[in-house]
Order: sequence, then structure tokens, then C-alpha cells
Amino acid sequence: MPTPFPKLGLRPWLFLLLLFLLVLAFTLSLMLGSVNIPPQQVAQILLGGAPAKASWADILFKFRLPKAVTAVLVGAALSTAGLQMQTLFRNPLADPFILGVSSGASLGVALVILGIGAASTLTFTAGLSVFGDLTLAIAASLGAGLVLGAVLVVARRVQNTLTLLVVGLMFGYLASAVVTLLIYFSQPERVQLFSLWSSGSFGGVTWSQMRVFAPAAILGLLLGFAMMKPLNALLLGDDYARSLGLNVRRARFWIILSASLLAGASTAFCGPIWFIGVAVPHVARSLLRTADHRTLLPASMLMGASFALVADVIAQAPGSQHVLPLNVVMSLFGVPIILWIILRQRQLRFS
Amino acid sequence: MLTSSSLAIGYPRRLIASNLDLELRPAELVCLIGPNGAGKSTLLRTLAGMLPPLGGIVRLDGENLHAMPSLELAKRLAIVLTGGVEAGSLSARLLVSLGRHPHTDWLGRLTVQDEAAIERAMRLTDTLAFAHRPIHELSDGERQRVMIARALAQILPSPAVGEGLGVRDNILLLDEPTAFLDLPRRVELLQLLKRLSRETNCAILLTTHDLDLALRIADQLWLLSSQGEFHCGIPEELALNGVIARVFRSEGVEFDRASGAFKIHQPVCGPISLHGDRDGVATAWTWRALERIGYEVHNNGIRRPVHVDVLDSGHWRLTTLHGHSEHPTLASLLAALTTPLPVEEVQGRG
Repeated sequence: MPTPFPKLGLRPWLFLLLLFLLVLAFTLSLMLGSVNIPPQQVAQILLGGAPAKASWADILFKFRLPKAVTAVLVGAALSTAGLQMQTLFRNPLADPFILGVSSGASLGVALVILGIGAASTLTFTAGLSVFGDLTLAIAASLGAGLVLGAVLVVARRVQNTLTLLVVGLMFGYLASAVVTLLIYFSQPERVQLFSLWSSGSFGGVTWSQMRVFAPAAILGLLLGFAMMKPLNALLLGDDYARSLGLNVRRARFWIILSASLLAGASTAFCGPIWFIGVAVPHVARSLLRTADHRTLLPASMLMGASFALVADVIAQAPGSQHVLPLNVVMSLFGVPIILWIILRQRQLRFS
Repeated sequence: MLTSSSLAIGYPRRLIASNLDLELRPAELVCLIGPNGAGKSTLLRTLAGMLPPLGGIVRLDGENLHAMPSLELAKRLAIVLTGGVEAGSLSARLLVSLGRHPHTDWLGRLTVQDEAAIERAMRLTDTLAFAHRPIHELSDGERQRVMIARALAQILPSPAVGEGLGVRDNILLLDEPTAFLDLPRRVELLQLLKRLSRETNCAILLTTHDLDLALRIADQLWLLSSQGEFHCGIPEELALNGVIARVFRSEGVEFDRASGAFKIHQPVCGPISLHGDRDGVATAWTWRALERIGYEVHNNGIRRPVHVDVLDSGHWRLTTLHGHSEHPTLASLLAALTTPLPVEEVQGRG
């Protein structure tokens, strides 16, 4: 009896399952919050019907729907970027921010909140409205873009991928140093505002911001799909990738561009969100038992989106008026689950 | 067919060898040997298109290899690099399928032809049995075979394009594929490569430190000395005309043309004469034993002050100036020879 020749490729039933989980998490995030809306009512409102309570439609359309969509995009974006960085740098600890994109975004935001804001004579509350809506996002995008640009310039020149990693880390340290300096010379209220931004939230994205955020994230995700094949070639290292006919420098450029777009957009609109990018790719590898990016990448996207939705639901502490910082929730609830999944495997791998 | 004319290899500030006129023919297994640091890997990487030549040209079927589009080259030439791969939970099957990279579309989807090529590569390398196992669970020998399957999958033509099942004189390069393997695995791997060259018609070039095995299995031997000297030819010829001995003598190792092996013992005890039995096997091993403990062995019929006869009874008779002694085992013969007195005697007179 010869061993059946195992076929590779996407497993449809698996993706249906992940898709189902995502829809479930999405529905939950629309239902649960400081006010719980029953599922029939959610469906009715979404289909244009009149809700049992007038305020529910507002809650749903103005807050929960944009927040859920943001969570889906950020979850998918950071998981994708994390997977890309882990493979590119052949390092299981790599995350979407490894090249300093998030430090750059922090720098942009810190300059606005702590720098310009502190220099102006506005009161704290007046300051908030000045920073409202797109200002922080623009500042963060500029900061992220600056670091990204610098890293990409280096990436085109440098042959060795590890050199790039060190350069990215150095840019990150530099940005962090400036941020720390700004914090040191700022008023406590402004520091608190900054720390609020750094604790992460999906709730801050309005529909008008979504018009910028969603296209950026979706562009990054599409680029990610286009880079699945080069990522597979890079599994065996740069030399083998080159011998397979891959232009490693060009592939690396596009992968970094995709990952930085995803990480930069997420950070700009939701603050730095740490956990998803490192953890989700490992969970996907662990559960699917494959290193094939044609399976891993879409699976990570779906898992990351579901994970972000669930984390956000928990952060809203349904039924209460309190909202917990997102990064705190992810670490407190996510770490034990993910440790359990990964430790079953004994050894952490990048592929 | 891969050829080079007046090829110079090395790095911008370090020329390793020049004026290399090489020819790698279909269905041939070529072993590239030479001491460490002679530039074997550099030559291999230059032929693979991974390093630019310092001078001269490498041609693949007449085309300048270093100017070929990298995807076209990848379909014709594959390499197995030295050392392991750090690729964790990759299954053998997935690893081999990575070889199809130059043949697939932008999403990397495998067609029926790709699947057929992967299966064929794994069947030829006898790796189908562990296709689904992660490669970090495989033994060194099994993993090396998977790496060869990957390279083979890369250059196997899609049946729609290529003619028949043969690899139309494509090239497989391997950098020290037998390092880290034990002797049986080394022999097995080289036999596998030899069979592959015959069955797929591709040209195989590998670097190795294993002169012994290379001499026995290679169709052609390429020798690169640390002075950048290059020689090629069939192994027996290179041994017979003394090229191997000359190249390795400059490295401080003596190659014995008669036995096809390296001499690793310097004689310190003086000459001894040996007279053999009929079939010669016992004589050969006695010879080695005497050399090992430091004697310079002669069997040209001239009796030396110390003389050993290998008797038909399977015993050994030792004759010295002090008389005869007969020994039932080789060990007792050596014991008698290494006691201080006869050695002193030999040195005194030798």
C-alpha cells in the first residue's frame, strides 16, 4: 500500500470555519457593549428597519459598526504584517513594528500632543478639540511614513536582511528617545492624553476617517496577497530564494512596504497595538501545521480579525460603563491562551 | 551543456583562480575536490550565477549564464547549498514544492504538471515515504535527499514544455552534500546522484572532501588546488598520471598512486620487508598495520634485517637478527615489533 501523495493548497472547510468564527465575532461586537442590543434588533437595524429603541440605531451606526470594521481591518492588517516580518527576518519574535514604524507614529503623535500642544496657550480641553479627528492620524501617518521611507531607502541599498533589521531597530530607538524627551518636559495632562493614545483603541475611527484608513489597510492586504509566493520562496533563506529566480531585493522592498503600510495605518488610527502581530501568526502555524503562506496568510488575516473583535468586546466590559485599555485586555486574556497553543508545540519557529 | 572559457573566479579584491575552461556534460556526475579554502564553493556559486565572474564567461547552451533572466536560469539550473536549512515545520512535501517557484503563476498555484514534477522528484530521490513529515524530524541523510528533491523539482520540465520525462541537459549543483553524513549515507547519496544523472540526463556537479568516494564514483574529477591550479579528467587518469598526488603534495599530504589512498603515517621505525601469502588480502592488511606503527614497508624481494612472512597457515613469522618468532595473530606480531629491543635494533642498523 503506497503512501498517498499529500496535496498542498487551501483547505476550503478550514476557511469556512474561520469565516464563520469571524462572522460570529463581528455579530457579538455589534450586540455587546455598555448597552446590549439583541441580535434580531441588530439585523433589523442593519436591514434598514426601525429599532425597538431609537438610540440603538445611532449606537450601531455611529459607534459599533465603524469600530467593528476597524477591528477587522486592524486585526487582519497586524497579523499579516507580523507574519511577513517573521518570515522576512527568519525570526519568531519579529512583529509588525520591528522596523520602527510604530515608534515613528508615536513620534508624530507625541510631537502634536506634547510638542505643539504644549507650546500653545490652549487649555487641555481646548487642546483636545484641536487634536480632534484627523490631526492625530495625520501626525502618526507622517511619523510612520518618515521611518518607513528611511528604512526603504536603506533596504534598496543593503544586501543583507539582518543589517536592515538592525537599522530599523536603531530608527525605532531614535524615535523613542525623542518621545521620552518630550514626555519628560510635558505637563501631566498631556502625558496622560498621549498615554491614552498609546494604550490603543478601535473606537476612535469615524466614518470620515474610515475613508482614509480602509483603503490604506486594504491596499496593504492586497499587496500582502501578491507577496505570498515570494514569502514562500524566502522560507529557505535569501540564497535559495535567489537561486529560485526571485529578485530578493525587490521582493523585500514590496514586503516591507506592505507590512509598513498595514502597521502604519493601524497605528495611525488606533494607536500602537502590540499583541496581535506577534501572536496570531504563531497560532495560525501551530493550529494549521503548515508553513505555506498561501494558507497561513489568509488564515492569519481571518484569525487576527476575529481575535481583535473578541478582544474589543472584552475591553468594552459588556453591561458596564467602563472601557479597559485594549492592549491590556489583549495581553491579559490573550497571553494564556496563546501560550497554551504554542507550548503544545514545544519549539517556537518562524516557519 | 554548461561551459566556461577563461573564467576567473573570486571576490573583488581576491582572485581565487583564473583561466578556467570547464565543460559540464549531460548525464555526467562530476566531483569537484580540493583543499579547504581553494575556492570550490566560489567556483560552484559562480557557475550557479550567484557570484559574478571576475573575468571570462560561463555559457549555458551557448548563452551567457550571468546575463540570463533569473527565472529562465532557475528553470535550467538548481543548487543545493552547504549546511542545513533552518526551516522549522516545513513538511518535506512543501519544501520540495518550493522548487516549482519559477514555474508557477503569481499566486504560486501548482498545476497538474507541477504536482507531477514534484511527485517525480520525490520518487527519484526516494523521499515519498516521509512527504508529510516536518523536515526537522528527518535524519540528516533523509533531509539531504529532500533538498535534492527540491532542486530536482526545480529543473524538471513541465511535460507540456519539455520533451518526454528527461531533464533536457539541465544542471544540478551541490555544495558538499555529503558533509555531516556517515559513511554508508555518503555512499548512498553519491550512488543516488549517479543514478539521477543517468535517469534524468542532467549534469551534476558536486564539491566534496571525500577523495576516496569521488575517485570511485565520479565520471569526471575536477581538482582545484589552493594555488588556483585546475585539473580535470576521469578519476583513474588523474591518479595514474600523478596529478592528484602533485596537487595534494603541495598541501602536505602524500597520495599513494598504487593504493589510491592517502598515506597518513610518516615512517619512523626504519625499513621492514614483507613477504606475502598467496591471495594477498592478509598481506595488504599486514602492510597497513606495519605502516600504522611506523615502519617503511618493502616487498620487492630484498630481505631487510627485520622481515615478516605471512604464512599460508594464517600465522605470521617475524625474523630479526635475534632469531625467529611465530605469531598467531596480527596483534601479537605488532606487540613483538613494538617492544623496545627490536626497534632499537632496527634503528641502529637501518
